Amino acid sequence: MNIVVLVKQVPDSGADRNLRNDDNTVDRGSANNVINEMDEYAIEEALKIKEAHGGEVTILTMGPDRATESIRKALSMGPDKAVHVLDDALHGSCAVATSKVLAAALGQLGADLVICGAESTDGRVQVMPHMIAERLGVAALTGARKLTVDGATLTVERQTEEGYEVVTASTPAVVSVWDTINEPRYPSFKGIMAAKKKPVQTLSLADLGVAADEVGFDGATSAVVEHTKRPPRSGGAKITDEGEGGVKLVEFLATEKFV
Amino acid sequence: MSEVLVVVEATKEFGVKKVTLEMLTLARELGTPSAVVLGGAGAAEALSGKLGEYGAEKIYAAEGDEIDGYLVAPKATVLAELVKRVQPAAVLLASAQEGKEIAARLAVKLDNGILTDVVGLDADGTATQVAFAGSTIVKSKVTRGLPLVTVRPNSVTPSPAAATPAIEQLSVSVTDTDKLATVVERVAEQKGSRPELTEAGVVVSGGRGVGNADNFKLVEELADLLGGAVGASRAAVDSGFYPHQFQVGQTGKTVSPQLYVALGISGAIQHRAGMQTSKTIVAVNKDGEAPIFELADFGVVGDLFKIVPQAAEEIRKRK
Repeated sequence: MNIVVLVKQVPDSGADRNLRNDDNTVDRGSANNVINEMDEYAIEEALKIKEAHGGEVTILTMGPDRATESIRKALSMGPDKAVHVLDDALHGSCAVATSKVLAAALGQLGADLVICGAESTDGRVQVMPHMIAERLGVAALTGARKLTVDGATLTVERQTEEGYEVVTASTPAVVSVWDTINEPRYPSFKGIMAAKKKPVQTLSLADLGVAADEVGFDGATSAVVEHTKRPPRSGGAKITDEGEGGVKLVEFLATEKFV
Repeated sequence: MSEVLVVVEATKEFGVKKVTLEMLTLARELGTPSAVVLGGAGAAEALSGKLGEYGAEKIYAAEGDEIDGYLVAPKATVLAELVKRVQPAAVLLASAQEGKEIAARLAVKLDNGILTDVVGLDADGTATQVAFAGSTIVKSKVTRGLPLVTVRPNSVTPSPAAATPAIEQLSVSVTDTDKLATVVERVAEQKGSRPELTEAGVVVSGGRGVGNADNFKLVEELADLLGGAVGASRAAVDSGFYPHQFQVGQTGKTVSPQLYVALGISGAIQHRAGMQTSKTIVAVNKDGEAPIFELADFGVVGDLFKIVPQAAEEIRKRK
């Protein structure tokens, strides 16, 4: 099975994250950039499917030059190769345009199965799997906590607000996964060394047949008008329990009219 | 005034969800609200009373197995046809999994911008969003097409405005491509009468400090006394204390209740990402240096196994 895993490089959510003041995009320059955490679960799931059913695992990333670091890191877990969509004109692309680019790349790669994380920690928009599926005319099974592959049949168990549902589709399809699906492996030393030699193909917009004015700021379907930092919350009263902590807590709740 | 389409979120168990009432309230500021019910047979009829109470002037309904038996693709197809026909001033959906997914497909079908996790929307289409775990406020606009936004639960206070909506059944013309992802089975797991986590006015969450699954009864007890939902930190979920659907944080649910009570939760960024826009935060933790206290309006340093039962007893006394 030809599996493509979508990997996004994001600013580390543990550090201070900002939008740029000049063009309102996510500041990726000064940030400590990492693989979007949920994507590691997608990679792990792809590797497990390959181990059980054979095939090839390709990483697909759209992002600036420095996304190469995350691509190598992803490859060190075990995928076979990577494709990096890299083009200056992509800067400022909205979700709709991003899906156009990724769908074009996936079309060229001819994937049977596309796996991605359910959301990224920077935007948390959660729309990419369905946007891509809509463009490719394939099924999207999203939010998987369990994925079973039986020939060309995919069965996914997904959490819902009421419980869970079981959904099924045939390949080709897009599957997005939550972090409950598996436990991602750590790259081994051998894996890290091997990753340095794995092929990483770079594709430009021209290679994909997407016009520059369909992406970036020119092609954006939405725009950030302004952004401000919220003042950090300041802690209020803090008491140490000396036997009356529970009562005092309720007294506070009562003054705030919760009790 | 032009119509504003509100895509209804509802459950079999609870009926119309609160976020739908919030969207109807918001829609009234922008134009004339029309509710769109995409669901099983008879759904619109069952929900019409509540939708009318909050100002829906009209209800569009697409119902049946063709709509409900698959993941969101058929819903997006029906909605796209409706949008083309009525040319609404805006389309509002809930910022939950299904709402975002329908909106995603609609955006591609109409080549239209999309804004998610919106907490406010002005008449000129400017949306307010909260980004980066609540640390940044963003004002944004759809620049191609109509305002297509998903609204985060607990962003608006629902206010009633009686209307008597007529139901218009939409003809359903979904394609084979819309029917690629089949729902085989739906299993209800949520038990009891607690409010849904993202919609609850009060959330009481437990973390690693709760110690084990059995001890979560303490968290549940306090939640029930406060009429709230139960949440859990990732550490508690990973340790198997509580099911994943109740996880609050970066890889779980984002909540924004009036009151958030954190019990035995240290307040790692992972957790804060999901709760720091709560109006009032109360924390109990044995470690006085825990970062959760930097957020808490009221914090108690001490043993939650002593403090929580005492608080529960005190609430009972006052009732």
